[in-house]
Amino acid sequence: MTGETAELMSHPAAWTRRDLLDLESLSLAELTTILDTACAFKRATDGCRTRLPLLGGKTTANLFFENSTRTRTSFGLAAKRLGADVVDFTASSSSLSKGETFIDTAKNIEAMNVDVMVMRHRTPGAPWLLSQHVRCAVINAGDGTHEHPTQGLLDIMTIREHRGDVRGLTVALVGDIAHSRTARSNIWGLLKLGAHVIVCGPSTLVSRGWEQYGVEVAYSLDSILPRCDVLNLLRIQFERQSTRPFPSVREYALLYAMNAARMARAKKDILIMAPGPINRGVEVTPDVADGPHSVILHQVTNGLAVRMAALWLVCGVKDRTCPPATGVPTGCVVV
Amino acid sequence: MPALLIKNGRLIDPSQQLDRVANLLIEGHRIAGVDVPDQSADEVLDAAGQIVAPGLVDIHTELREPGLEEDETIESGTAAALAGGYTSVACLPNTDPPIDTQPSVEFVRQKAARARHCHVFVLGCVSKNREGRELAEIGSLVESGAVGFTDADRPIHNPELLRRALEYCLMFDVPILDHPEVLELSHNGIMHEGVTSMVLGLPGMPADAEDVMTARDLRLAEYTGSRLHLMNISTAGSVELIRRYKARGIRITAEVGPAHFCLTDERLRTFDAHCKVNPPLRSQHHVDACLAGLADDTIDVIASCHAPRASEKKLQELDLAPFGMVNLETTLGLVVTHLIRPGRLTWPQALAKLTVNPARVLNLDKGTLQVGAAADVTIIDPELRWTVRADQFKSRSRNTPFEGTELVGRAVRVLVDGQTRFQLA
Repeated sequence: MTGETAELMSHPAAWTRRDLLDLESLSLAELTTILDTACAFKRATDGCRTRLPLLGGKTTANLFFENSTRTRTSFGLAAKRLGADVVDFTASSSSLSKGETFIDTAKNIEAMNVDVMVMRHRTPGAPWLLSQHVRCAVINAGDGTHEHPTQGLLDIMTIREHRGDVRGLTVALVGDIAHSRTARSNIWGLLKLGAHVIVCGPSTLVSRGWEQYGVEVAYSLDSILPRCDVLNLLRIQFERQSTRPFPSVREYALLYAMNAARMARAKKDILIMAPGPINRGVEVTPDVADGPHSVILHQVTNGLAVRMAALWLVCGVKDRTCPPATGVPTGCVVV
Repeated sequence: MPALLIKNGRLIDPSQQLDRVANLLIEGHRIAGVDVPDQSADEVLDAAGQIVAPGLVDIHTELREPGLEEDETIESGTAAALAGGYTSVACLPNTDPPIDTQPSVEFVRQKAARARHCHVFVLGCVSKNREGRELAEIGSLVESGAVGFTDADRPIHNPELLRRALEYCLMFDVPILDHPEVLELSHNGIMHEGVTSMVLGLPGMPADAEDVMTARDLRLAEYTGSRLHLMNISTAGSVELIRRYKARGIRITAEVGPAHFCLTDERLRTFDAHCKVNPPLRSQHHVDACLAGLADDTIDVIASCHAPRASEKKLQELDLAPFGMVNLETTLGLVVTHLIRPGRLTWPQALAKLTVNPARVLNLDKGTLQVGAAADVTIIDPELRWTVRADQFKSRSRNTPFEGTELVGRAVRVLVDGQTRFQLA
């Protein structure tokens, strides 16, 4: 065992959460702990190639109630790199189609002595509901249009790797902000780490409400482009839109696609990121997606490191001490 | 006739502007005297330190029977009403089948009579099968006892249908009760649209979805000259519109429920399905407007908006969980705690919105302690501190966001037609 691995064996004191549900409620110390752990894991595993069996004897369950290839594979591989057993569960193959509630499904899986549940669900808040009904740790792998904490973390890890620090950078999230869980997790993580965050997209998909959190709201990509250090190009989530919020894909591409002409007006060292899956020709053209500024595939590798870190950190906490919620209920009018 | 003397209580009856420490005499099932001197009676009740009020009247209760007995029955719902201090409830027709025919009205009335808890008045459907297409047989329903018409939680979407309904009701002098919501603006919504919904990624129901429909309803009420009651108002826009139309003398009334004067959309931050109601919990700005509307009497009625839902329905993902919260057993405590004690409403003002005002909306001879009226009386301990425990509810459902909340003020004894039907243990 190398010195660094031995050091990794001791669980960081800054991490006391049984669950990783969102980035909004994480403290700066918690955020840096998980990012630093991910970096250390990446180094200790030759870039996430080799095993680091810190979770031998543990079992993680992937509960994906919504389709996913990348995230599910990434979590599964991360668990295996750590020496854990992985159970895969898909909604279509499940008792959900027989009318069972997802809480009952989850409790049944937990009864098979699972240590961590990694859940993706179409409904915001579903991981909170789950965490109130199971004793095992819960990791949110994307809850509808709310948050996708490990995606936010891997995006930020990628920026840190290429730029050293996030503080002071101008990071634009471009596209369908309204329906993007990636956008929300990025916003909270980046704000805490001191970045200047811009959300940019059609006015039907970008709320002015973000301004009150210190986020810049822009509708024109061309006007903000010269100031950006990082562009994170979000996919248009057609499946989550009830009425189409812009007239045509062609018009969207005209206004927001990152292409060679726009690259020519961008900073020379701009980073092009995308959480994927990407729609080539819609939010990004192939030459840019595959070009020298693109770090899209680095993001995928870092996803493994971040998920290894998340699994290990939550496994090191025995009990759920803090309430599993984004905040104390404050809605009662004070009298 | 057996006589009951309730003495030394603070007698508050807004129907006759009464508010003083006085004795109340009941003979048989009627009020026999208000402000009577001490005298002998078959039974004497000392209500010193307590408030003696007309039995509370709720005009927005879902009893769920027939068809949805997993949520509530007429028996359990009326028991809950009594425990909350209500002696009369008007029940919504969102049952299965909906209450749109004479036999269905009679079924509810018979079941209620058999339960022998509180009086039950029936609200019939505006449209057949609550489909919003053709008028239900309003005249026949009136004949069998329906006192008002509503499609419950379904807004009357077609403006022509609402206009006809309002006009048709003129000849029976019964009101239409509408839930104002433009569904195209709010569909798939889970919570109030605003900064909180933006952060949580939950689909929003904008305030405008209510405001636009409130405006339409008020125009049609003015045009037809009919009686319109707006249910479950929740937005600053609605309150302002109602205030303006009332100033012009239009015959409209409006209600709010507890959800909209004591909770905000911030409560959804815990993703608690008990906080999923329609109209949704609004932001503080709207709550403040509802409070102002209550204080200046723009809002006539405080309704329970009791919407019981079985736990297996609520214990689901937020998009699948139905709207609604139970409130029959908490409304009075919430009114005392959030409206009276902070000085937003006086006791007579609050009790008017819980007794005579709702009775007047439906032309009921309830909510009064006038001599000769049925002796429906609620005795309230205004200082009693208690903690909401859903497992002690008489209601069959437990869907309250107030579990564990400490409230002040509770009905300790409730009389219906002169008989004690509820007494706090």
